[in-house]
Amino acid sequence: MASAELATVQEHGRAALERLGLPTRRQEAWRLTDLKRLEALARLPLSSAVGSSALPPAAAGVLRLVLDGQSDPLDGVALPDGMSVLSTAELEQVLGHTLDRCGCAGSWPVELNHASARQVLALRVRGVTHPLELVFTGSAGLTATRVLLLVEEKASLDLLQVLQSDVASAHSHVLEVHLGQEAQFRHGLLATADGQPSLMALLAVEQEPRSRYAFTSVVQGWNLARVEPRVVQVDGQATTELKGLAVSQADQQLATHTAVRFDGPEGELDQLQKCLAGGRSHAIFNGAIQVPRDAQRTNAAQLSRNLLLSERARVDTKPELEIVADDVRCAHGATVSQLQEDELFYLQSRGIAAADAAALLLRGACQEVIEHLPAAAEAWGPLERVMTGLSQ
Amino acid sequence: MIRPDAELLLDINDLHASVEDQPILKGVNLQVRAGEIHAVMGRNGSGKSTLSKVLAGHPAYRVTAGSVRYRGSDLFELEPEERARLGVFLGFQYPVEIPGVSNLEFLRVAANARRSKQGLEELDTFDFEDHVQEKLQVVQMDPAFLERSVNEGFSGGEKKRNEILQMALLDPVVAILDETDSGLDIDALRIVAGGVNQLATPENATLLITHYQRLLDEITPDYVHVMAAGRILRTGGRDLALELEKTGYDWVDKELVAQGVA
Ligand SMILES: Nc1ncnc2c1ncn2[C@@H]1O[C@H](COP(=O)(O)OP(=O)(O)OP(=O)(O)O)[C@@H](O)[C@H]1O
Ligand SMILES: [Mg+2]
Repeated sequence: MASAELATVQEHGRAALERLGLPTRRQEAWRLTDLKRLEALARLPLSSAVGSSALPPAAAGVLRLVLDGQSDPLDGVALPDGMSVLSTAELEQVLGHTLDRCGCAGSWPVELNHASARQVLALRVRGVTHPLELVFTGSAGLTATRVLLLVEEKASLDLLQVLQSDVASAHSHVLEVHLGQEAQFRHGLLATADGQPSLMALLAVEQEPRSRYAFTSVVQGWNLARVEPRVVQVDGQATTELKGLAVSQADQQLATHTAVRFDGPEGELDQLQKCLAGGRSHAIFNGAIQVPRDAQRTNAAQLSRNLLLSERARVDTKPELEIVADDVRCAHGATVSQLQEDELFYLQSRGIAAADAAALLLRGACQEVIEHLPAAAEAWGPLERVMTGLSQ
Repeated sequence: MIRPDAELLLDINDLHASVEDQPILKGVNLQVRAGEIHAVMGRNGSGKSTLSKVLAGHPAYRVTAGSVRYRGSDLFELEPEERARLGVFLGFQYPVEIPGVSNLEFLRVAANARRSKQGLEELDTFDFEDHVQEKLQVVQMDPAFLERSVNEGFSGGEKKRNEILQMALLDPVVAILDETDSGLDIDALRIVAGGVNQLATPENATLLITHYQRLLDEITPDYVHVMAAGRILRTGGRDLALELEKTGYDWVDKELVAQGVA
């Protein structure tokens, strides 16, 4: 938890960043990234002040922890039954394990986080416990946060992460989650901003057999955002559900890079990614699915549906399927379209004005993903947040 | 019910319209007065849906000649939403699915748009739920459909019932029902037809586009029109539909040739 144990991690991270340098366009995973913005982010000083922003009251029964990268989020908090803090010895053993397993140890966003994070929130979850809400706030400069969760066998957890950067210039976040056998993890990420700050978020999840992971991300309004959910089913036989919504406006660049690997048979994936791009913005989706030889009878479906809301907006969407096993069902599809004339007309023919009809369709398109966020998200008015982004 | 002195609701004169520069409607003439029920029949592709969409204001169709007056004013001066608010209703042949938009919310927004034009008070969420429950009975529809997204995953027949539910909520002056009967099972057909009969008054009018006598056994038309090649080729009473049932459309070709159209 405290900074002492992290000193070595930090050193390594800084050395790695030196060695790696900034990503370049020649690297496939960064080919479309606005590198100028990435460079600006990398040059930011670490934030030192503690930011404060007004938060809506947490939903009833939800445990809220506030992470600002500086103060102890557990200060004055009594953890509910079933939730406990990892000891230093345990943490040393497990920290970084899931990143390794997911193949993202040593990647630039991870090293950036290592070099900058001053603390780790590390929790163990047993049985069925209260829904957890992690709210990330920051101040000027780069705020770095790191979280590790061990969800034990048969345990069940609802987690909502809220990143709202009204004050921070940039946020680096790394999450590691290990799901034991038959564990259930419902996970939401609500990351909205006002167009200025940047976000690098990497979320690594390891799934034991018969576990269920349902992830919903809603990303809107960052100058530059890169959200990377990385999932490994260590022995297959698990269920993964990924739903993503990215809403970009003005000259924002929002990228979602997902990767799901099946290291065993009979795994399932159901994935829907949606991007709504307006203004001169650029939305990027890369969806990797890896099905090695041992992953027979994998059943995966990936759908990428995108809406271009202006002529100057751009969407790049790419499935990346690496399928070696032969007895596999893997469906994928991508569409890029504008608002459908027939849908607009249907609404207009019922007395709804053209502009209202368009807004209703956009709300609907967003709602299809937003409705899958954990219940705690209600308190944050996710649909309104996303729609303000669109009406700017 | 035919009353020569009833208000002329819809007056279509020599209407021509194209889609993608392809002329489809080639001189439609039709007058609809309050209290009347008109059936429009005709072969596939004869222009029935095109006529209905032109009347509702679909942007893909361009009016190239002729006029339509709705209660005395130029219909084409009005945006589609304005026509709807003034009481023009189109029941679609293929209702659109709109994922993520709740049917209940959609119905409420639509009903309120019409109500405010009628000088009625707009209904809030609670009052609307009571209001809609009442209208559900007209089509004997399960309230569970209100909770779903607009038409999403509805069966063909369920979509058609949802159209008639919208008609019941919007209280139209001129309702154009484009093949509302197709895709309905025998019971549903009776229910929907019953709903349409219930909603018909001496003040409004209905245009039923259909292929089958079945519907006209349930809803008695005052006029039956046969469309062919973008025009109304023949108009008669309900007997014309019965005759078509027997003879089919073979005579249409001869008549088109005789008129020098084909
Ligand atoms: N958007 C469009 N683009 C191209 N052609 C069209 C379009 N809409 C209609 N048409 C053509 O116009 C003609 C009339 O079509 P319409 O849908 O009005 O026929 P209909 O009488 O309703 O037929 P049905 O009984 O099969 O419903 C058809 O030949 C059709 O292919
Ligand atoms: Mg038709």
